[in-house]
Amino acid sequence: MSYHRFPTGLAAALFLSTALLSAPALAAKDTLVMGVVLEPPHLDPTAGAAAAIDEVVYANVFEGLTRINENGEVMPALAESWEVSEDGKTYTFKLRSGVKFHDGTDFDAEDVKFSLDRARADDSTNAQKGLFSAIESVEVSDPQTVVVTLSNPAGSFLFNMGWGDAVIVAPESADGNKENPVGTGPFKFSNWAKGSAIEITRNDGYWGDAVALSKATFRIIPDAAAATNALLAGDVDAFANFPAPEALPQLEADPRFAVVQGSTEGETILSTNNSKAPFSDIRVRQAIAHTIDRQAIIDGAMFGQGTPIGTHFAPHHPAYKAELIDTYPHDIEKAKALLAEAGFPEGFKATLQLPPPTYARRGGEIIASQLREIGIDLEIIPVEWKQWLEGPFKGDYDLTIVSHTEPLDIGIYANPDYYFKYDSKELQDVIAKLNVTADTEERYKLMGEAQTIISKDAVNGYLFQLAKSGVWNAKIEGLWKNSPVQANDLTGVHWND
Amino acid sequence: MSYFLFRRLLSLLLTLLLATIVIFAVLEIVPGDPARLMLGINATEDAVAALREQLGLNQPLLTRYFSWIGGLLQGDLGRSFTYSSSVGELIGERIWVSLPLALLALTLSTVIAVPVGLYAAARRGRASDTAIMAATQFGIAIPNFWFALLLVYLFAIVLRWVPAGGFPGWEAGIWPALKALALPAIALALPQAAILSRIARSALIEVLGEDFIRTARAKGLTRSQTLWHHALRNALIPVVTIMGLQFAFLLAGTIIIENVFYLPGLGRLVFQAITQHDLPVVQGTVLLLVASVVLTNFLVDLVYAWIDPRLRKTAQ
Repeated sequence: MSYHRFPTGLAAALFLSTALLSAPALAAKDTLVMGVVLEPPHLDPTAGAAAAIDEVVYANVFEGLTRINENGEVMPALAESWEVSEDGKTYTFKLRSGVKFHDGTDFDAEDVKFSLDRARADDSTNAQKGLFSAIESVEVSDPQTVVVTLSNPAGSFLFNMGWGDAVIVAPESADGNKENPVGTGPFKFSNWAKGSAIEITRNDGYWGDAVALSKATFRIIPDAAAATNALLAGDVDAFANFPAPEALPQLEADPRFAVVQGSTEGETILSTNNSKAPFSDIRVRQAIAHTIDRQAIIDGAMFGQGTPIGTHFAPHHPAYKAELIDTYPHDIEKAKALLAEAGFPEGFKATLQLPPPTYARRGGEIIASQLREIGIDLEIIPVEWKQWLEGPFKGDYDLTIVSHTEPLDIGIYANPDYYFKYDSKELQDVIAKLNVTADTEERYKLMGEAQTIISKDAVNGYLFQLAKSGVWNAKIEGLWKNSPVQANDLTGVHWND
Repeated sequence: MSYFLFRRLLSLLLTLLLATIVIFAVLEIVPGDPARLMLGINATEDAVAALREQLGLNQPLLTRYFSWIGGLLQGDLGRSFTYSSSVGELIGERIWVSLPLALLALTLSTVIAVPVGLYAAARRGRASDTAIMAATQFGIAIPNFWFALLLVYLFAIVLRWVPAGGFPGWEAGIWPALKALALPAIALALPQAAILSRIARSALIEVLGEDFIRTARAKGLTRSQTLWHHALRNALIPVVTIMGLQFAFLLAGTIIIENVFYLPGLGRLVFQAITQHDLPVVQGTVLLLVASVVLTNFLVDLVYAWIDPRLRKTAQ
């Protein structure tokens, strides 16, 4: 129905057909056009890191043993229920029955074994192979039961199985999933016009509740100004991740649209090389922490969109410790004193490497000007992602700014070889304990301890949580506010008329 | 004439060969590992190594260059790193957006510019000439992407005659496809038309001052007869030169315009491939763009020779 706007000359001729075509529109609308900024390179979530893949297929086309819901909680999916052994090493999954893949083949325990073994194989190109590293063996005990044995207890195992990288695929179709994804989800893939749009349609043979939408189209619109125009012109119904923060006030004022602010898993931090002088001195890092004015960065670089953070954890998570924002309050005098104590009364020179995203490039300039107040003179070096991966990410840097978008990734601080080069026995012990704890309350407590340690050690400059600004037609319901995983879950979406 | 053709063809091929070396070398110098980039920062080393092996990145430089050239000679542009399809296929899909768009824009700009230029030249110095020249100055000064946004605002958001962007594909029918290409073509064409009409005007004015025009008028031909029969053909050389340059510029201009209108064309493809470090796609599309520029220049040379027989002789 989107191309029925002709110049006036044809209006008369088309009057009749338009009248006929508008009749079905009286029934509730059941299609959706969702704008996405990036085109996925392919559609196999088990063979690539690109978030754009999950933004199309997660929960819609593919399902895993578990799934992550809007609040970041683990929910059953293809596994109906599970049992965990006393020692935390054996997981017995009871699978749903009567589930079919989109190509008509049956889903059973063999598919689970195939998928997990494929993801952790030597020649696997799964981008999150680490999710499966704890698995020692996967055994099929009957078509509806799978037993996964871990080499050591991993408290986050059920959460890991909910990632897009851990979805269940079938041996019959796995090799073709990049171009023609075959999953078990409530939508099936129907068409991909490269560079333009991806279409999914309702799967009538779905095992669970049928979805309200009969068709969803993901239209690829990389340009921020074009995204705004597409919404205003009615070409797209929704942008779950709207790329033009400067246009939000205009859209908020327009009653046709709902503008929804949520948060993501993206902790944006001033990553610091903890093994390199002078940053190896905690007093220098504390001085930096005292100098950074988070709100100024959010206002100046992000059009005010973002939540200040004092540690490496998502503010929407129940285990988040909000009080850590005040570990090192903004205090220039104290910062100067700490720097003098560390032997740099006049400050020093260092480099700040900035990858392409706006948060880094704009945010970096603001941080450089803030740090100049205490005499730290930063040379700004813009880098492309490739250079960033070869340089800072391999530990060759002083400071850089990056958003860590993996969910619940505080465990990276326990790896002394990770590019922060942070080596703390205390933190490593907490994370080791967290890895073997399955009890939720106990896990949250340990997560809190870990947050406190890295905040006190001022490992990195903690800046803000990337915001997720969603804009959609005010009549749409069921889209996610927050994004605990990068996904556009359309299973609960419907139009309100 | 055949010698002229042969020399032109030879220089065309040499240029292309040189271009392959430059394109390949430049992409090699860019630091970083495409495999690591594709798998992201949390991928394990062995997953990256497995992908490098799959992509053939572990072979020595020269081997990769020659296998690329060898493939090119057989019409095989290689496989995309990110898309699991061949570069030839990708280009084959996208060219049906970019080529019609560039041709549409070129036609539009010519159809507008040449009459406007002629009219202005014929009324040189009068108010209408001054007004046209002022308007073209304006057209040159406006960047095409900004002009595109204005067009979208008026025709897509306010009037709702056309979609704000996107391309339904030719299989959706000629009319919807042309509708989708209308604004981008206008946005590309008008600034070009502004330049072209100024060139046409000044070329014609120059020719109109030549002795042979005075002779023609002295023989008793009317003003418009001299204009059409004697002046126009002679004024075409600079106009065709600029059109040739403009076609190359239009192909490059599509990179920006295709992003503004989110059209799935070559410009978008090359832009996307660069950000994803999809080397085979970048190599293939850039080579295609170079080839089309070189080929256009070749065609322009042929057209010169057709317009002005003297050029054929001097070439010998």
